Amino acid sequence: MLQGNDGPVPASWMASDFDAYPQQGRSYVVDIPHRHKYRMGSCGIAGCINTDGSMISGSKIEKMITTMGERENGLGAGFVCYGLFPDYADEYCLQVLYESDQSRAGLEEYLSDRAYIIKDEKVKTVAVPTMKPPFPLVWRYFIRPKTNTESFWRKGLDEEDYMVHMVMQINQADNGAFCVSSGKNMAVFKGSGYAKEIAQFYDIGRYKGNMWLSHSRFPTNSPGWWAGSHPISILDWSICHNGEITSYGVNKKLVEMAGYKCSLLTDSEVITYLWDLLVRRHGLPIPAASFAMAPWYYKDIDRLDEQLRQLALQLRITYKEAFLNGPFSILVGRSEPNVTMIALADRKKLRPLVMGVSEDGNSVFAASEECAIKAVQKDAETWAPKAGNPVVVRLGEGIVRRGTEAPFQGVRL
Amino acid sequence: MSVQTVVRLPEKYRPVVDHELCLRCKKCVRACSYEVLEFKDDRIRPKPGCVACLRCVYECPAQCITVKEMEPQFAHHAVFDPVLRRSIIAQSNSGGVLLSSCGANVEYMDIFSHLLLDAAQVTNPSIDPLREPVETRTYLGRRPGKVTVTDDGRIDLQSSSTPLVVMDMPIMIGHISLGSISYNAQAALFQAASELNIVAGTGEGGLHADFYKHSKNLCAEVASGRFGVTSHYLKEVSSVEIKIGQGAKPGHGGHLPGEKVQELVSQTRMIPLGTDALSPYPHHDIYSIEDLQQLISVLKESTEYQVPVGVKIAAVHNVGAIASGIVRAGADFITVDGLRGGTGSAPRVIRDHAGMPIEIAISAVDQRLQEEGLRDKVTLCASGSIRSAADMIKCIALGADVVGVCTAAMIAMGCTVCQQCHRGMCTWGIATQRQDLVGRLQTPVAAQRVVNLFRAWNEELKEMLGAMGIDSVESLVGNRDRLRYIGPNPRIAEILGVKHSGEGWG
Repeated sequence: MLQGNDGPVPASWMASDFDAYPQQGRSYVVDIPHRHKYRMGSCGIAGCINTDGSMISGSKIEKMITTMGERENGLGAGFVCYGLFPDYADEYCLQVLYESDQSRAGLEEYLSDRAYIIKDEKVKTVAVPTMKPPFPLVWRYFIRPKTNTESFWRKGLDEEDYMVHMVMQINQADNGAFCVSSGKNMAVFKGSGYAKEIAQFYDIGRYKGNMWLSHSRFPTNSPGWWAGSHPISILDWSICHNGEITSYGVNKKLVEMAGYKCSLLTDSEVITYLWDLLVRRHGLPIPAASFAMAPWYYKDIDRLDEQLRQLALQLRITYKEAFLNGPFSILVGRSEPNVTMIALADRKKLRPLVMGVSEDGNSVFAASEECAIKAVQKDAETWAPKAGNPVVVRLGEGIVRRGTEAPFQGVRL
Repeated sequence: MSVQTVVRLPEKYRPVVDHELCLRCKKCVRACSYEVLEFKDDRIRPKPGCVACLRCVYECPAQCITVKEMEPQFAHHAVFDPVLRRSIIAQSNSGGVLLSSCGANVEYMDIFSHLLLDAAQVTNPSIDPLREPVETRTYLGRRPGKVTVTDDGRIDLQSSSTPLVVMDMPIMIGHISLGSISYNAQAALFQAASELNIVAGTGEGGLHADFYKHSKNLCAEVASGRFGVTSHYLKEVSSVEIKIGQGAKPGHGGHLPGEKVQELVSQTRMIPLGTDALSPYPHHDIYSIEDLQQLISVLKESTEYQVPVGVKIAAVHNVGAIASGIVRAGADFITVDGLRGGTGSAPRVIRDHAGMPIEIAISAVDQRLQEEGLRDKVTLCASGSIRSAADMIKCIALGADVVGVCTAAMIAMGCTVCQQCHRGMCTWGIATQRQDLVGRLQTPVAAQRVVNLFRAWNEELKEMLGAMGIDSVESLVGNRDRLRYIGPNPRIAEILGVKHSGEGWG
């Protein structure tokens, strides 16, 4: 729920002032830094969801992520909130970072050709003295794609794929605009800075939703690039990722074959597209998609009952390019068909992942470290999900999987 | 009346005997099928014609023989090097096409040596394969591209299942026919494949009755001569491969001289004794891609869709587009054989000058199939001078699911790469049908040596994967991010899709 957008905007934040910032070389606020093609990192992740539908304030997730200060180095942080726009729940919400007013005009022209802009507004941002300028202009659009145009049917895509295509096109172009989220009833708030600073920059405490995920970065090789921070999002998917994918070149092949364009050039980006491809487009149940990304060893697969062994082998062989090798723990958010949090660690569990649930069972937490959970919910009962075993928590349903079950529990054959 | 045109060529190699140590046992004389050594005047004396096969060195109990490479006898010339002058003289002698064997013998084509692998440091942990599992199991065959999910959310295992062959390592022993090599040699290769649980190619000569016990580890070759191909044979094996071409001689068929077609080969190939087994250059029922599609269908029908059917092509300039056509024609796997690939007999001109190195070819095919959205449907096998585990690992990173190996397996059995296979006088009992020579190869020993070699390569593969922080080989297939180029020609790196050494992730 948006709590209004009425805060005073400091004079220095007027859009027209953007070009007045001293530009030493290239700024890399929005467009892809050319010399930097790929980034790796280790990070902190945190998430919370209220399964009874009650709202969570942004300050709670801020508390969680900033508790793990050891895990970041000021080169990126971000938040994503689900259940944020109940009044516009059926519209795609584009949240866009702009380099200048000019780039905004350009993108708005592009958008109005392809979509009805139901509402647009400037996203409130607050000057944070400790952060390094320049800063982007952040704008929000509620849109509905024009599905009756020639340009739509000529692409031969359905509405969601058309949205993916649009976002890919926007983010590929060197246009001073970067679309950081594009899903329904959710939005991403991210940038270059410490989690504390990013929370201040967006005044994250003014937002409330059913679910929050957040991320703080410790990249080993990074320019200050706002769009490259996490969560990485497409449609209603968003990913917070701690780890390094050693199979990146292989995973990239698969998503590129499926039409996704890797424009962020972080390994985390392919994970987002893999979820969209496997679950939305191929229709795989979440435990099956998780198995494809973090499969069992063959020696363990061979011990399964015949039918499950066949299923495991078929997933592993068919989706061998979806196998995320190397250490990771990820939090995945989705708003359709219902707000859902998925937490998954790699099959060796080389990155930490802890879950927690409040005494009344309505609030569920996920984090890199237990302290982040205890900081906001002292009485939380915590547990560690198993390697490669997904945790699924859904609004209205509660904890669907604890990450300790048999691999295909809930998958129907 | 014909004119005597033959001029003697200068010797290339000569066995040198230390007469002080020599026991005069004459084992070396019997060992040399090329009849280079003779015993005369109480001494072992060499005659011209040594090929440096080293059998005499191996057999000599006194270890008193060394084979000396002779200084080129020609006056120095920078352009007409001794190799060229020898070829010209040999051709002026005979008027014929020069034959040779093994792979291309030219130095400028090795790109593997210009590629470096990555390893994990700090940001991701490397894995010790002795402490944690690193998987090398590999499947050969078509993949459906997606797992079928029904409208009501059930996973339908039936409709997306395809015939697959499982292998314990991403290594296939290439196609070497009975005829080009001896019964004992083929028996050893097949036995090794069974023991390693990998696949070995049968070559184009059909399958000898004794070898059906290994059929679950065999890939049947259907080449243009169709020698020995019966529906019974095709149903017994684990996979079938249509051979369009071979890297050592793209555009050529097989050639087995009549002298090698003795009882054993005649029965297996189903041809009369002593006749030349010449397979046509093209398949005469495949003059276009739609014809290939028909043959693939025919083979799938005859095997009742129970085994994967693949196509092997030589690496030629347009290999990417050809491979994509082959996938669309229904092939379940594709083998690309590079220019340096081995052969039992090929014209030297084509062996050394036609085609493309496997590094470039496999990379081009992998990239082309990816561009066309076909790469997740098919298994890619790369062969043509995979000489070591390092070559294998680099080849996989360039896009191969499986590598095919022949020459290294031959060397494990005793071959010294003297390049005389086409003469059928192999002193090691490998590339020959002469009964006195075949018996020199002890099948169990040769098989065990091949097993040892590939086990060692697979361990090295695991070590390298672990060092890269990868715990399963499929996550290396086409993973060019983990390769860097360090050679003289950055344009090659560009074509391979590999960054130059010194360029990091960013």
